Amino acid sequence: MLKLIGRRLLYLLPVLLAVSVLTFLVAALLPGDMAEVLLGDQATPETLAALRHDMGLDQPLLVRYFIWLSHVLQGDFGRSFRTGQTVLSAVAERLPISLELMLGAQLIGLSIGIPVAIICAVRQGSWFDRTMTGGAFGMLSVPSFLSAILLIWLFAVQFQILPATGYTPFSEDPWGNLRGFVLPALTLALGEWPVITRVLRSDMIATLQEDFIAMARAKGLKQSRILLVHALKPSSLTLVTVTGINIGRLIGGAVIVETIFAMPGIGRLLVTAIYSRDLMMLQGVVLLVASGFVMLNFIVDLLYATLDPRIRHGRG
Amino acid sequence: MSMLEVENTIVDLPTPRGMLRAVDGVDLTLEAGKTLGVVGESGSGKTMLSRAILQLLPRRAKLSGAIRFDGQDMTRIPAETLRKLRAKSVAVVFQDPMTSLNPVLTIGTQLTETMREHLGVSQSEAISRGIALLAEVGIPSPEQRMGNYPHQLSGGMRQRVAIAIALSCAPKLLIADEPTTALDVTVQAQILDLLAREQRSRHMAMMLITHDLGVVAGRTDEVAVMYAGRVVERAPTRELFHHMRMPYTAALMAALPKLDAPPHTRLPAIGGRPPDPINPPPGCSFAPRCSYADAVCDKAKPPLSAPDRMAHQFACIRPLPVKVAA
Repeated sequence: MLKLIGRRLLYLLPVLLAVSVLTFLVAALLPGDMAEVLLGDQATPETLAALRHDMGLDQPLLVRYFIWLSHVLQGDFGRSFRTGQTVLSAVAERLPISLELMLGAQLIGLSIGIPVAIICAVRQGSWFDRTMTGGAFGMLSVPSFLSAILLIWLFAVQFQILPATGYTPFSEDPWGNLRGFVLPALTLALGEWPVITRVLRSDMIATLQEDFIAMARAKGLKQSRILLVHALKPSSLTLVTVTGINIGRLIGGAVIVETIFAMPGIGRLLVTAIYSRDLMMLQGVVLLVASGFVMLNFIVDLLYATLDPRIRHGRG
Repeated sequence: MSMLEVENTIVDLPTPRGMLRAVDGVDLTLEAGKTLGVVGESGSGKTMLSRAILQLLPRRAKLSGAIRFDGQDMTRIPAETLRKLRAKSVAVVFQDPMTSLNPVLTIGTQLTETMREHLGVSQSEAISRGIALLAEVGIPSPEQRMGNYPHQLSGGMRQRVAIAIALSCAPKLLIADEPTTALDVTVQAQILDLLAREQRSRHMAMMLITHDLGVVAGRTDEVAVMYAGRVVERAPTRELFHHMRMPYTAALMAALPKLDAPPHTRLPAIGGRPPDPINPPPGCSFAPRCSYADAVCDKAKPPLSAPDRMAHQFACIRPLPVKVAA
């Protein structure tokens, strides 16, 4: 097991390095640079060149990358040139909000997706199955900004039971904090559960054909035990993979959802950094988010071993 | 009243080409403590018959007829009653222990859960009984094996575990569906002997399903030979092997390799193929492959009957002659 973890960790190094190169390139290739934004339209070429020289922007790309990378490796992600705040402290400040949002979305998505998938698999071909697989497909094609607006209209305008926008810190008002997260998390979850359902349903259908399920039936076990213990666990490998990959989709979704619901999370930080050409902030945030994503998928890989003992013992 | 009574059981399976009659009006009885061998080639309906008795048919399958266990028609009792009867009345050992054991649960979990469910014993009691069962079926260091997963055991060991699971609630009938087909030749006899030993010591009835006549010889009280969904010959084992009446049984027997045959002897394989179960012929379904068949055989299906000896039934118009006792 430890060897497995060690080997997988080794694989992460080139991945993270590639992520840092891409991050840097994307930020560098954005049209317009910090100097232009800082000086505005009135700037003369001379002042621009002077500022660029001060900021090191006139150095070759490769040199700038290695300077940045060496700082990053020492834990220095730089500062926002706008606010002077360090990238790390800005991320630390906003990360809990985005994490709560994504965790909530994932929880709602799983708690809709898993039961629906199980019922669909057991009653394959029934009206419930057909409605839900059709509905899931439809739901996948609804963009999150549209479902966000519909949810706001329904729960905040019509029923007036949930706030439409805004964020309350958990320490101030835990209940208000949770209420504020319901609609954004639900918006993201609406794009999540169809994926979960579709993947788990087909795996469950395959598992239910297995001899060991016939065996479990012959043993006279309760239907709930057959489904949740004997069938769900061997069917969840793909589900776990998809859930891990979906975190990437969630990060992208969070950018939109945080903007619509006015939540000061990582997504908003990113959008602001892009608009203001705050390259240090942008590079830092993207690198940190991407590293987080890679790490999460590393944890997902480890989950396989927990789910399937054959992987744990280095077989199969 | 026999313990198990299968009466005019028909199993139809819907296929894209039409209804497939997997089991075509089977009658069988099995007394408590007795063993019945069910022999037939692939597709003869022997597995579907066992699934019908176990009430484990695919959901789309259509079952008619009666399957009475201790007088109770299993096809007509509520699902929850059936579930509670399972494991204690009829237990099963499937063909391939690689697929019949759950790969993600430990041996211990799979062994104890049945006892926890049906016998109302505590977890620790179930564990100690489970260890005793593993020891009984010949698994070395059973305490450690309880924590193992199926893939950590050899095929023969896995089948022993499957047998231990089947025995855990002391069933009155054990259905062994080709229990040795997926195993190495060297362990096949061990598993069959284990089953026979458990059957005797527990006074349990057993239905041994196989395609191999050699497996049922000497290990069963009675044999039923199936062909194209029907029982075509049924007799006490000794009687059957001495006086085969149905040409199909004789052909199956002849197809077995003989130890005393000279090298390079061609096995007399049965020519042709079993009939299409979706469009079965009107007459005897073996007639097209039978060397004794004549025009009469293609007219109507011969019923399973016992014209001369009460215990020996066969479904044939042109049966092999009774051998004069030597």
